[in-house]
Amino acid sequence: MSLNITVNGTSRTVNAEPLTPLLHVLREELDVLSPKAGCQNGGCGTCTVLVDGEPRRSCLIPISAVEGAEIRTVEGLAPPGQLSTLQEAWIHHYAAQCGFCTSGFLMAATAYLENGGSDDHAEIATALGGHVCRCTGYVKILDAISAAARGDSFDLTTTAAGLRTTIKGVDQ
Amino acid sequence: MGRPAPTQKRVESMSNGPEVLTPRSATEAIELFGDGGDTAIVGGGTILVPELRLGSARPARALMLHRAGLAGVSKDGGRLTIGAMTPLNALASLADPIAACVSHIADLEIRGQATLGGNLCARNTDAPRGDLQGVLIALGASVRSVGAGGERTEPTEEFLANRDDRLVLDVSFDLPSAGAYAYLDRAHTHEYTALAVSAVRTSDGTIRLGANGAGPHGLRLPSAEAAAANHAAAGAAALADVALFDDAIASAWYREKTLPVLVRRALDQLEDAA
Repeated sequence: MSLNITVNGTSRTVNAEPLTPLLHVLREELDVLSPKAGCQNGGCGTCTVLVDGEPRRSCLIPISAVEGAEIRTVEGLAPPGQLSTLQEAWIHHYAAQCGFCTSGFLMAATAYLENGGSDDHAEIATALGGHVCRCTGYVKILDAISAAARGDSFDLTTTAAGLRTTIKGVDQ
Repeated sequence: MGRPAPTQKRVESMSNGPEVLTPRSATEAIELFGDGGDTAIVGGGTILVPELRLGSARPARALMLHRAGLAGVSKDGGRLTIGAMTPLNALASLADPIAACVSHIADLEIRGQATLGGNLCARNTDAPRGDLQGVLIALGASVRSVGAGGERTEPTEEFLANRDDRLVLDVSFDLPSAGAYAYLDRAHTHEYTALAVSAVRTSDGTIRLGANGAGPHGLRLPSAEAAAANHAAAGAAALADVALFDDAIASAWYREKTLPVLVRRALDQLEDAA
């Protein structure tokens, strides 16, 4: 079947079987690669995207159930070459180790912050409790989300110069 | 970006999948479901979508309910009616034991997608699913469903014992005067609850008990209810009402040791809640 979804502000027409998980349409048909295929069973959170502003497991959602919906992924968090405050906090606090869980955490945390979430670690842990970091870097992740909730500002040229350079390299 | 530009690809997985039906109203859903028969009902999809993708479920037809209505909580005097497509998050503000139970099912994201009807119909096949079954039994909830023979409204435990090829429309129950939920605590958000006991005091003072993870589906605990005045005795009596089993999460032996404790705790909590 053919249907329309909006991905990061752009209307896209996709052609897929109606029960195909949104994750596979994003990755395989639309080349939106930030949502990761982890457990594909709803248990890890690496595939989380925002569906009409709500964090959802894209591996569990049939594409036809989100017809006409507004999907947001990491690619849409900031204009090309820029980072959202949360992403800057992630770098500043070294919240990514291998990075596989990062996309899902970023989207769930973005929804948490947009809904007025506080910098309290226990509240963050409750809201994001379904996300797994197999490097077990949870403390840094909580620090980063807390910092973004407080609206901290980050000078990435001094705090994480190496990472910043790497990111610029990718941009160019 | 070193990667080549994306080409228009067609996602091929599931191309041999079921015939998909998407009713636009409850009436149409009932009509399309008919007598059921090899029809998978897709509510939120949190259980079924992985099964369809892996091929462990291969139904002839899939009835998708996301546009059929059937969602919402309505109150008529002291009676609540909850539509089958109501997401679990929408139940988090209701009275215990519903709220206490819902807050321990998976995580916020799953609870936003998973539905009451899906949880009620979930099977214990590879994990103790269907946490709300014991809760609804304790609440004395009625389940309204359609399928062969037409519409049926029956107590939750009767529905659970005979639920093949039924499409749930809603459940309803009288608001309790108090409720409690005691469960085996879990190390991680996504760990299934191995065993749980719900206790309810109805508006006329009757105590009702329901258990999850103690049988093939949620069960009522009539022997424990009869002994409810003595919480420890009720716990011991509950063992006569269940069919304990081994699974990957807990052994029957462990469930046998734990069930009396959970019954006692639920009754203690119920007393404190009054």
